[in-house]
Amino acid sequence: MYAVEVERLTKIYGHGETAVTAIADASLQVKPGELVAILGPSGSGKTTLLTSIGLINEPTRGRVILDGTTIADDGWRKGLDLKRVRREKIGFIFQAHNLIPFLTALENVMVALEINGMARREARARATELLEALNLGHRLETYPAFLSGGEAQRVAIARALANRPKVILADEPTAALDTENGKNVMALLKKLAVEHRSAILVVTHDHRMVEGFDRIFDVRDGRIMGER
Amino acid sequence: MNLAVRDIRYHRGRFILTSVGLGLLLGVVMSMGGIYRGLFADALSISHATRADLWVVQQETSGPFAAISRIPEDIRYRIAAVPGVAEASPLSFQTVQIERRGKPFRFFLVGYDLNGFGGPPTIIAGRGIRQKHYEMVVAQGMKMGLGEKIRLGLHDYTVVGITGKMVSSSGDPAAYVGLADAQEIQFKSNNDAIRNQRERIAARLAGLPTLSPPQTKLLRQNITALTESTHTVNTVVARLAPGANLQEVQERIGRWNHFRAISDGEQTEILTKGMIEKARMQLGLFRIILLVISAVIISLIIYTSTIDKIRTIATLKLIGARNRVIVGLILQQSLLMGVIAYAIGYGVISLTYDRFPRRVELVASDLQSLFVIVIGICTVSSFVGIRKALKVEPAEALGG
Ligand SMILES: Nc1ncnc2c1ncn2[C@@H]1O[C@H](COP(=O)(O)OP(=O)(O)OP(=O)(O)O)[C@@H](O)[C@H]1O
Ligand SMILES: [Mg+2]
Repeated sequence: MYAVEVERLTKIYGHGETAVTAIADASLQVKPGELVAILGPSGSGKTTLLTSIGLINEPTRGRVILDGTTIADDGWRKGLDLKRVRREKIGFIFQAHNLIPFLTALENVMVALEINGMARREARARATELLEALNLGHRLETYPAFLSGGEAQRVAIARALANRPKVILADEPTAALDTENGKNVMALLKKLAVEHRSAILVVTHDHRMVEGFDRIFDVRDGRIMGER
Repeated sequence: MNLAVRDIRYHRGRFILTSVGLGLLLGVVMSMGGIYRGLFADALSISHATRADLWVVQQETSGPFAAISRIPEDIRYRIAAVPGVAEASPLSFQTVQIERRGKPFRFFLVGYDLNGFGGPPTIIAGRGIRQKHYEMVVAQGMKMGLGEKIRLGLHDYTVVGITGKMVSSSGDPAAYVGLADAQEIQFKSNNDAIRNQRERIAARLAGLPTLSPPQTKLLRQNITALTESTHTVNTVVARLAPGANLQEVQERIGRWNHFRAISDGEQTEILTKGMIEKARMQLGLFRIILLVISAVIISLIIYTSTIDKIRTIATLKLIGARNRVIVGLILQQSLLMGVIAYAIGYGVISLTYDRFPRRVELVASDLQSLFVIVIGICTVSSFVGIRKALKVEPAEALGG
């Protein structure tokens, strides 16, 4: 079974003369444990593809199946609790600075767990464990403003992993980092995909960052041009 | 974990500052309520302490507090003889302003029959008036010590006792002297004035050619006695015997010429509705304005703090937080701010209320209803922020 299946996905923004087709007829499949890159220039539709998979952006046409559950079939499936699917099946990683500023590193991870119904003690233990595994044991009580870019991004990764999602979606996770830190983050994602058996989709426009990925999809003008 | 508390903890400086500001505002609202209650208590303090059932005053007046009323002292005997009246006692009231230690010193002087009632209700230091003359009991608000002397009219009066927070309806502290002393202070304040008056009467009479000298002399004696008569009081208060019909007694006295018998209930009405109504409305209006200002400030603070948190809210939505997490974050902050501001306001006002120049009376039910209003304002004010927050798209968390 695939973790992510996308069939002939099309996303059109707006109507009539101002309509923009951001994604046209895109299809792809990702297995659990795979690390996949979506590579393309600015404006090519990478973010649109990712957010359509991540239940943030309603697809105009086509089908999206996550972990065996059909979530979109020419629009959202009726009666679907989008937030619940997001909570339980998807972890998000964005560009830096998407941590909640008034929560410490530990609390930023805990909040994802508590939102999903985990008791505080348990959440604390799991968050601590995750952060320690990502070499952040010494930063548990630090607020995001006092974390380095690489540290902040690792906290965000820990948060994305917290609920053991089947799918992790990362939009330009290295954009705010220098090359070395960026490479470290990508290597970490590679390791986590294997360890956690999650499908990880990473959007980037930086081809230097995609070493070691299982597969790379090239996107151009809203179309998946090929796979490497 | 409680996100509202975390956010506040992180931004505690800002939160404390706004809460203190809001707290002071609420403190002012509380003091307004207290001043309003104080106005009532002040206006009624003397009339309540008198514990009279009836106030007999000059006809067609609303005396003795709201209007000038002058009636002869000896009417007390006639009133006491009315069936149903248990006792009647004359009272005289005057506002006195003298110079003391180089400053104007103003108070409300009550003259009462030492054997009747209407004197100081309680003595908290010293003793009541025992000697017929030249002793006085003063209210705390006069800030005079026992044994202190003060010159009123032609004589020195000695403070022999202190009574509680007795004030006139305009807030001047009260002092008590015997009725005869009060009358003397009121009517015989100046020997020169008396001499002038006598000479004027003599001159007028001398100018009347139809009178013989003995007639002139007789008339002069009588007129002088009349004009110099001090046996005038402002009211005669009466208490009824158990089971007596108030209305009957009232009507009976009302049928005599020149008198009006006001029941204690009517007196209270005159004092509260008539005399302090405007001040009361003014305070009420002020309170409403301040509450509206508080509501606007709270809305503004909550709204801007929501705007500051748009990204956080989008992130929470993205990771799947339910709406109630987001509503809770905003609503709890708003309520917490209201509660803390209320506590600060209450603290400030409890520490300062007895230093206000006029009585501030904090009434539990007023404070409770203000609390409910504040909670209501916080809830409603947070709606603006909540509306904004619920419209935030999770996609706003993406991107740089
Ligand atoms: N909300 C929107 N409404 C209208 N058009 C949009 C919207 N979001 C994106 N687009 C358009 O869709 C196209 C694809 O945008 P998208 O953000 O997916 O590109 P991208 O590959 O992520 O670009 P970048 O590398 O700059 O982030 C662009 O032409 C963009 O202008
Ligand atoms: Mg993008």
